[in-house]
Amino acid sequence: MDRVIFGDNQFFGVNHSSDEKSRAQAIKFKDNQSIINVLDIAIEEGINTFMCTTHDRIAEICHTLRSNKKYENFKIYPCMPYAHKYANAVTELGIIGTIKQYVPGNIFSTFAKGGIAFVKKDFISMMELLIDAEMKMFKGISTPVIFLQNVVTDLLLGLGMTDFLVVFQEYVQKKHNAEAGFITMNLPLLLNELEKKGIKNPIICASVNKAGFRMSGGKEVYEKIIAEKRCRLIAMQVLAAGTIPAKEALEYVSEMDGLESILFGASSRANIKNSKELIDLYSKWMLINKIESNIPE
Amino acid sequence: MLRAGIIGLGKMGISHCAILNSHPDVNLVSVCDSSTLVIDAFEKYSRFECFADYRKMIDEMKLDALIIASPTKLHEEMVTYALDNHIHVLCEKPFSLDYKKGKMLAEKAKHLNLINQVGYHNRFLGTFEEAKNLLKSNLLGEIVHFLGESYGPVVLKEKGGTWRSERSEGGGCLYDYASHTIDLINFLLGKTVKVSGTKLKKIFSKDVEDAVYSTLTLKSGLSGQLSVNWSDETFRKMSTQITMLGKKGKIIVDATELKIFLKEDNKALGLSKGWTIKDVTRLTENVNFYLRGEEYSSQIDYFIESIKTGNTNNKSSFKIASETDEVISLLLADNIK
Repeated sequence: MDRVIFGDNQFFGVNHSSDEKSRAQAIKFKDNQSIINVLDIAIEEGINTFMCTTHDRIAEICHTLRSNKKYENFKIYPCMPYAHKYANAVTELGIIGTIKQYVPGNIFSTFAKGGIAFVKKDFISMMELLIDAEMKMFKGISTPVIFLQNVVTDLLLGLGMTDFLVVFQEYVQKKHNAEAGFITMNLPLLLNELEKKGIKNPIICASVNKAGFRMSGGKEVYEKIIAEKRCRLIAMQVLAAGTIPAKEALEYVSEMDGLESILFGASSRANIKNSKELIDLYSKWMLINKIESNIPE
Repeated sequence: MLRAGIIGLGKMGISHCAILNSHPDVNLVSVCDSSTLVIDAFEKYSRFECFADYRKMIDEMKLDALIIASPTKLHEEMVTYALDNHIHVLCEKPFSLDYKKGKMLAEKAKHLNLINQVGYHNRFLGTFEEAKNLLKSNLLGEIVHFLGESYGPVVLKEKGGTWRSERSEGGGCLYDYASHTIDLINFLLGKTVKVSGTKLKKIFSKDVEDAVYSTLTLKSGLSGQLSVNWSDETFRKMSTQITMLGKKGKIIVDATELKIFLKEDNKALGLSKGWTIKDVTRLTENVNFYLRGEEYSSQIDYFIESIKTGNTNNKSSFKIASETDEVISLLLADNIK
């Protein structure tokens, strides 16, 4: 995975520290072209991976990415599902109503895969159908890693239904020729449970930041786990929702041994450029320190 | 280890299930739901004992603690049965469709010395807790007006089909959304005793309201407005905000931010004149297991801790929740008038 990965929260009004900023972002990125413009800046600054939710609007962005040759080497890491879509549907339609709405094909037709799965209560087939449905929008685009969103990962983790995580891992590999990734707010617990299921060195995306924000169980526990290098880790929420100054925040994660990638989102050229340069700079120092510490005196 | 069970595996029940199951002091032993689809999934993929009949679960499982996340209409009989079996209860909101019965259940739980809590999770959010502390310190001086708002994108089209679209089952924007807003107003400013000019508006739903507008008067005499709408897609998810205007300044608080405006410095509280913004990331402690927001874990941690320590002075008790139910009944009556 690339060292720097570009995120999408800023495009869809996701801001963990202010609803007001969320709205301002939603207004700013009303048009898809405004999102494409920011992606273009990120590419110019040397970022080639975009990690994004399977939001309806991403389908339209993908259309642009497919139609222009300059995006040939641009990779997307889809993160599924877009949870609010389903959560709101469950409130309105109930769980069965939501399955009916989103599992593709006629759920009542016993001839369709969805129908058979529904009648037989075959939840694994239903999950596979939902993965396929969410992946449709990325057809023809390079998606080497496919992530399960934290709300689903952590729900299954909490329920002790980690078999579904294994199914996810196996299915995206088999059907979509990609590696599975897991987004989580509970890195220590998830890693232990995945290892118990025989998944070694998984790709995980978790909150890692100097403030200890959303690092369940505490920052020290996370630091210990990261140092053990038992997973390929992407750090997210590195700015702790903007509560740490960018320089300090990026220094902390970039110099951390055991992190493969750093995810960040920004809207302006200045912020994208600064963040990318800082990560590159601190990452180099980390590597130099590492080499020096290995040279015998 | 406390032996726990859950009734109702809808959106809230499943979420509670994951959080409770990850609690170090809890052994979640059983779950119950009337939907065969959901209970079959749990039967097949979880380690919990699965039941379709809650009485059978309570009779057989020797529970210490129970979470009830069924449709509101069923709360009363389920809570009664749990209390009769001497089980501590965390019940989803709104507590009861009949506040008088809700108050009787509060008395019953108190009499039996059982922990009783209702899932008003906003009471466990750092921003609202901090706002409450600041108001206690008289930061705003005399309060002259408030505005309680909740908006979100639940019903955006003309259709419906779950218990949430049936008034008699406890559906509608008033029970589902406005209950949170009312509870927060009661929490921050005191008990609502009178309502006037209530409009329950249907936008897309046939049988229930999609918006609630009213003027509330509190026990203290303070009045303010309630404005709630669950058919507003300009909000990505449910968003609740309380604005309080006082003689010394203003507080605007939501789940993510606490915004304070002061006319003069407040040295005692270390707040300067003008705007001060405090965001939730600085006001929130890490939880052991995170699912959808720290507050969902915190309220369960608090429930379990209350059982362990015997703290019956619960900050979101049946009694407190019944006061919100009472306001709901006032709003329903005022709307008809």
